[in-house]
Amino acid sequence: MVPALDVRDLRVHFLLDEGTVRAVDGVSFSVEPGKTLGIVGESGSGKSVIGQSILRIVPSPGKIVRGEILLRMENGQGEPTQLDMAQIESHGRLARSIRGKEIAMIFQEPMNSFSPVHTVGSQIVEALRLHADVSPQEARNRTVEMLKKVGIPQPEHRIGAYPHELSGGMRQRAMIAMALVCNPRILIADEPTTALDVTIQAQIIDLLKKLQEEFGMAILFISHNLGVISEISHEVLVVYFGRVMEHAPVDVLFREALHPYTKALLRSVPGIDTPVRSHLATIEGTLPDPYANIPGCPFFGRCMECEGRTVCRDDPYSLTKVGPRHFVACPRICVADFA
Amino acid sequence: MSETEVLLELTDVKKHFPIRKGVFKKVVAHVKAVDGVNFTIRPGETVGLVGESGCGKSTVGRMIMGAYRPTAGHIWFKPDGKQRTDIASAEPSEIRALRPYVQMVFQDPFASLNPRMTIREILAEPLVVNKVVRGRALEDRIRELVELVGLKIQHLGRYPHAFSGGQRQRISIARALALYPRLLVADEPTSALDVSVQAQIVNLALEIQDRIGLAYLFISHDLGLVRHFSKRIVLMYVGKIVEYAPAEPLFNRPLHPYTEALMSNVPTTRPELVGRRIILKGEPADPINPPAGCPFHPRCNYAQEICSTVVPELREIEPGHLSACHFAESLNLTGCDALGCAI
Repeated sequence: MVPALDVRDLRVHFLLDEGTVRAVDGVSFSVEPGKTLGIVGESGSGKSVIGQSILRIVPSPGKIVRGEILLRMENGQGEPTQLDMAQIESHGRLARSIRGKEIAMIFQEPMNSFSPVHTVGSQIVEALRLHADVSPQEARNRTVEMLKKVGIPQPEHRIGAYPHELSGGMRQRAMIAMALVCNPRILIADEPTTALDVTIQAQIIDLLKKLQEEFGMAILFISHNLGVISEISHEVLVVYFGRVMEHAPVDVLFREALHPYTKALLRSVPGIDTPVRSHLATIEGTLPDPYANIPGCPFFGRCMECEGRTVCRDDPYSLTKVGPRHFVACPRICVADFA
Repeated sequence: MSETEVLLELTDVKKHFPIRKGVFKKVVAHVKAVDGVNFTIRPGETVGLVGESGCGKSTVGRMIMGAYRPTAGHIWFKPDGKQRTDIASAEPSEIRALRPYVQMVFQDPFASLNPRMTIREILAEPLVVNKVVRGRALEDRIRELVELVGLKIQHLGRYPHAFSGGQRQRISIARALALYPRLLVADEPTSALDVSVQAQIVNLALEIQDRIGLAYLFISHDLGLVRHFSKRIVLMYVGKIVEYAPAEPLFNRPLHPYTEALMSNVPTTRPELVGRRIILKGEPADPINPPAGCPFHPRCNYAQEICSTVVPELREIEPGHLSACHFAESLNLTGCDALGCAI
């Protein structure tokens, strides 16, 4: 089966005067229709740049220097084809016809995604009329229906509301409605619940799952919150310093994480088994220098398990299969003569 | 509880912000940010103040700092165990005199440090302004503080921009500790940080408390962290306390439906537990125009007729465990252990 999105060896570099920042450095993954891939990482890990590069909206001076972003397209004869998003002109007509239609994105702060001087309804109608050949009346009807689907009460009335008139949770719902109104194949969600309270966050996660069941889109869910990732994802990608450290089905990752970084992240959040007031596990040190080009494990130096073995520093980074759909980039696990 | 044990006591504290409209700035309504709050903090203990955004938790913190003057009520503060002062009605000069004893750490470590001052200047300022130490002793105190929060003496000449978020939060904590406070109000001190850095700051705060025995008011929306930290927990909803209890019974035997729902909504890293969650209808009530009766009743799964008419009082249901629910005794709510939640 052709996946909805197939990313191969993606490298996005920022060429600055001070040096090259390898924000994304050899990331591969694929997402099937109707499935959710969670991308989890700390700030500076490159997780947002992955999302931006798929839509070709990486801010300058970021460039896709290598890799393929294969988007599944239907050619009308039932035979799916693949379009390499990495090759198309980022400001071109093709890219614009794909953004919002084939791939849609929702962000952390809906206030920044809506124009404050237009009504929510008119912005959703605009998105719809840009991509689909529909009459104004038809577009309006579909917008009302979409607003209803995302759980906005009185949609006929709220279609005329300005973004500032909606609460944070309602704005996030409206943004989801705008993203899904053209029935995209892929939804990229970059920290969509981070600014929300837990009770609203639970509602939005619930809503995204329901809409995924109904529309069958693939979701790329980017977050720093391990709990949220575990609730929504089918598979999870743990990224650090622009590289995939571990890639596994969600239950495997949270039950039997193998990479020391994944384990350290999981331990640093107090859970029900953590004794109250006990010392929490931390990750010592800081991220490597962003301009550094590290051939080996980027977690070297902070890792509690490798004890400074040179093989971790020197052995070229590689992701190794350790189980069904479970991949780890750790020399301790993957190098045969690790001593 | 004897009188001497209390460091801070809030009695029926209210803060209503007026909303003014029109040419004459007529008061048309009030935002009832805090509407009758009672709790105490004892020396050396941590009280967690939890709630969703807009529940008034930060306003409570600011009133304790003397930054907002309460509309009604008293905030009794007894820093030395002898004389107590009401921060709610104190003169500005009295509040200034109390300031060394109650200090604050803010959420955003990028906004709460002056970018044009070196770390040495940032740490010296409170000591100089309050005429605590000078000269050689000043430098010694600064070095002591820097070491207490786990930074290096070489860092003293640098400016805030040279530090990461976690390091800046350490500087904020050092500044707050400079004047030997008895109470530290920490308003979401780790929510801008990555989890691994958050764990470092949590460890530091616990170490400092063990070493110098100060009390914390820990304001947060993160139930897991609050549980890890706090001896007693105050849970607020739209300006009112809904539940007030020691941490363990609050999490395992909650006596308010809001507590139960909130706990079940915390995302868990155990995927097998997804599905046990209580999805609340709607959104938190509007503090300008809160619903009649219990402010939580429009979202509550257990609401009955009385809930929409009679405001429930915060009552002691079990020793030390208070709840503001009409049915606190009869509801059999599910605690964290049974829910299996990750907090």
